[in-house]
Amino acid sequence: MSQTEHTEYYVPAQSPWPILGAIALFLIAVGAGTLVAQLGKTGEAGWGKWVLIVGIIAVLFMMIGWFRDQVIESRTGLHSQQLGVSYRQGMSWFIFSEVMFFAAFFGALFYARMISVPWLGGAGNNEMTNVVLWPNFQAMWPLTTTPDGTTTQAMGPMGLPLINTIILVVSSVTVHFAHVGLEQNKRKQLSNMLLLTIVLGCIFLFLQVEEYIHAYRDLGLKLDSGVYGNTFFLLTGFHGMHVTLGTLFLIVMYFRVLKGHFTPDNHFAFQAASWYWHFVDVVWLCLFVFVYVL
Amino acid sequence: MNSVTSTQDTAAHESDHGHDSHHAHHGPAKGIKRWLYTTNHKDIGTLYLWFAFIMFLTGGAMAMVIRAELFQPGLQIVEPHFFNQMTTVHGLIMVFGAVMPAFTGLANWMIPMMIGAPDMALPRMNNLSFWILPFAFLILLASLFVEGGGPAFGWTFYAPLSTTYSGDSTALFVFSVHIMGISSIMGAINVIVTIWNMRAPGMTWLKMPLFVWTWLITAFLLIAVMPVLAGAVTMVLTDKFFGTSFFDAAGGGDPVMFQHIFWFFGHPEVYIMILPAFGIISTIVPTFSRKKLFGYTSMVYATVSIAGLSFVVWAHHMFTTGMPVYAELFFMYCTMLISVPTGVKVFNWVATMWRGAISYEVPMLFSLAFIVLFTFGGFSGLMLAITPVDFQYHDTYFVVAHFHYVLVTGAIFSLIAAAYYWLPKWTGVMYDVGLAKLHFLVFTYFR
Repeated sequence: MSQTEHTEYYVPAQSPWPILGAIALFLIAVGAGTLVAQLGKTGEAGWGKWVLIVGIIAVLFMMIGWFRDQVIESRTGLHSQQLGVSYRQGMSWFIFSEVMFFAAFFGALFYARMISVPWLGGAGNNEMTNVVLWPNFQAMWPLTTTPDGTTTQAMGPMGLPLINTIILVVSSVTVHFAHVGLEQNKRKQLSNMLLLTIVLGCIFLFLQVEEYIHAYRDLGLKLDSGVYGNTFFLLTGFHGMHVTLGTLFLIVMYFRVLKGHFTPDNHFAFQAASWYWHFVDVVWLCLFVFVYVL
Repeated sequence: MNSVTSTQDTAAHESDHGHDSHHAHHGPAKGIKRWLYTTNHKDIGTLYLWFAFIMFLTGGAMAMVIRAELFQPGLQIVEPHFFNQMTTVHGLIMVFGAVMPAFTGLANWMIPMMIGAPDMALPRMNNLSFWILPFAFLILLASLFVEGGGPAFGWTFYAPLSTTYSGDSTALFVFSVHIMGISSIMGAINVIVTIWNMRAPGMTWLKMPLFVWTWLITAFLLIAVMPVLAGAVTMVLTDKFFGTSFFDAAGGGDPVMFQHIFWFFGHPEVYIMILPAFGIISTIVPTFSRKKLFGYTSMVYATVSIAGLSFVVWAHHMFTTGMPVYAELFFMYCTMLISVPTGVKVFNWVATMWRGAISYEVPMLFSLAFIVLFTFGGFSGLMLAITPVDFQYHDTYFVVAHFHYVLVTGAIFSLIAAAYYWLPKWTGVMYDVGLAKLHFLVFTYFR
C-alpha cells in the first residue's frame, strides 16, 4: 500500500437524489401494501395502484438523475481509483445479498421437497401425520396432487426451459466478449457483442412469458397450485425480474457505449452490468437443475 | 499504478464541464437541506442516533402499555388484540428501529475516524440508507391505525398467525420490513467496503480497533441474512394474499418451514445486535483500566467464530416443533459451543481489568454492568440451549427474561456506555457526571 494511493480521496458533494429515492420507496411501499390488501379484500385495485405508479415513476426519475450525476462526475475525472474499488466491492456485496435472497426460496424448495412433502406422506416417524390428516395423500415430486387435492401437471426440462438455458449461457459468453472488447479497446466488438447480449436477454424474457402462458393454459400449473407451483413461479418469477433489470442495465450501457463512454481502465458501470448478468445466469443454471431437471 | 488518473483527466476535457465540476467547492446546504442532502458521515451518524433514540422512546411507551396491562391478573386497560399489537410493534421497533440504527449511527460516527478514512466509502448511499428508515417506521406505525389494527402476530410473525389469521395491514408490515431490510443491507455494504477499502496506510487488519472488527463481522452477517428475511416476508405476503401454500400443509408446505427460514435470519440477527456491543465494551474497558485489551487477537477470532456458529444454531428456537432427535442434538451442541468464544470475551474483559488502575467513570460503570448482566443473559441462554430443559422453558417468561437481559442490559447498556464515552468527543461538551451516575443507578436498580 503506497502512500500516494491514498492522497486522492474523493468525497462526493451533497445530493438531493437520496431523499427523493427515500420518498419514492415510501410511496412504492404504501402503494403496493394498500394495493395488495385492496385486491385481497375486494378483488379490485383501489387508490393504492395510483400511489404505486407515482412511486415507480419517482424512483425512475431519481435513478436517472442520480446516475446522470454519477456519469458526469466520473467523466470529469472526479472519481479516484480508490472510489472505483469501493464501487466494485459494493457491487460484489450487493450481488452476494441477491444470492442470499434467492437462497431463501431455494431453501423453501429443498425443505418442501425433502422434508414437508415426504413427512405429509408418512415418511420417517410421521405415519400418523398421513393417516390422521390426509390418508389418501401420496408423497411425490413434482407435487402434482397436493394433500387437499389440487392437481396440476409438472413443467418438464425439455423444450422452452432447455432453449432458455442455452440462450442465457450463450448471452453470458457474449457479454464476456463484449467486456474483452472493451478492455482491448475494440469498440466494434464491444457494441456488437453487447447488442447481441441484449437481444438474447429479450428473447429469454419473451420465451419465459410463453412458458408461463403454456403453464397456465395447458398444464394448469398456477401460482396457487400447491408448493410445487409456489416455488416454481416465485423462483422463476424473481429470476425473470432480475433478468429484466439486468437487460435494462445492459441497454443503458449500450447507449453509453454508443456515446463513446468507458475506457479500458475506467468502466465500472459496464463491469457491474456484466457481473450482474453473470449472476442471473448462474441463478438460472441452479434453477434449471433444481426446478426443472431434478 | 496511478497513471489512470491522468487518463481520467483527459476524459474530463471531452465532456461538458459545466457547473457540476465545481460542486465539491460548495459548503454544505443550510437549514433542513443540510440534513436531507447530507453525505457527511457524522451528520448521518447523528441522524441515526436521534432516530434510534426517538424509536427507543416509542417502543418504550409500548412496553409501558404492556407492563401496565400486566400489573395485575385479568384484563385491566387494553383489549387483548391491542395488547398483541403492542408486543409485536414493541419488538419490531426495538430490534429494527432502536438497537440496529443506534449501532449503525455509532458505526457512521466512529469507523471512518478509527481507521483514518475521510468519510464512509459510499456517502450518498449512506444518506439513502438512513432516510428510508423513518419512512419504513412511519408505515409500520400507521398500520396500527388501519381497519382491523396493525400486526398482532409477534415480532417473529410466525405462520399461520401472520398468514391465515392476520389482518389486512400485514401487507403494509411486509413492505415496511422490506424497506428496513434494504436500509440495513445498504448500511452494511457501506461499512464493509469502508473498512475493506478505506483504511489509512499502516492500518493493517490486526491493528484495527475491536469496534471496527466487530462491525466488519456484523456487516457481513447483515448482508447474509437480511435478504433471507426479505424472502420470508415475501412468502408470508404471497401465502396471505396470492394463494400460495409455503406455510400451509394442505398445499404441501409446512408452518414449521416458516420458523426455519425466519430463524435462519433470526439467529444471526441477535448477534448483529450484540457483536458491536462487544466492540464497544472492548474499547471502554481498557481505557478505564489503563491497560491494553487482554487477548486482542483471541477477541477477533472469538468474534469470527461466534458469527460463523450463528449460521448453524437457528433451530434451537424450535426445539418443541417436533424435529428429528438428531437435529435437536446437533443444534443443542452447536448452540452450547457458542458459549466458548463468548466466554473467551468475558474472560478477556475481566483479565483486562485485572491489576488495572480502574477508574469508575460513567461509561465504565455501564460497561461493568454490561459484563455482569450480559453474562447472566448468557447463562440463561445456556440453560435454554439444553434441549430437554428447553421443553419446559419454551415460550415462557424465562425466554423473555433471557433476551431482555442480553438486549437491554447487553445491547442497550453498551449503547448508553458508548454515548457517555463518545459524546464529549462528538460535541465538545462534558455532561453532568452526577446526573449521569444517577442515570446509571436508576437503570441498574430498576433494570
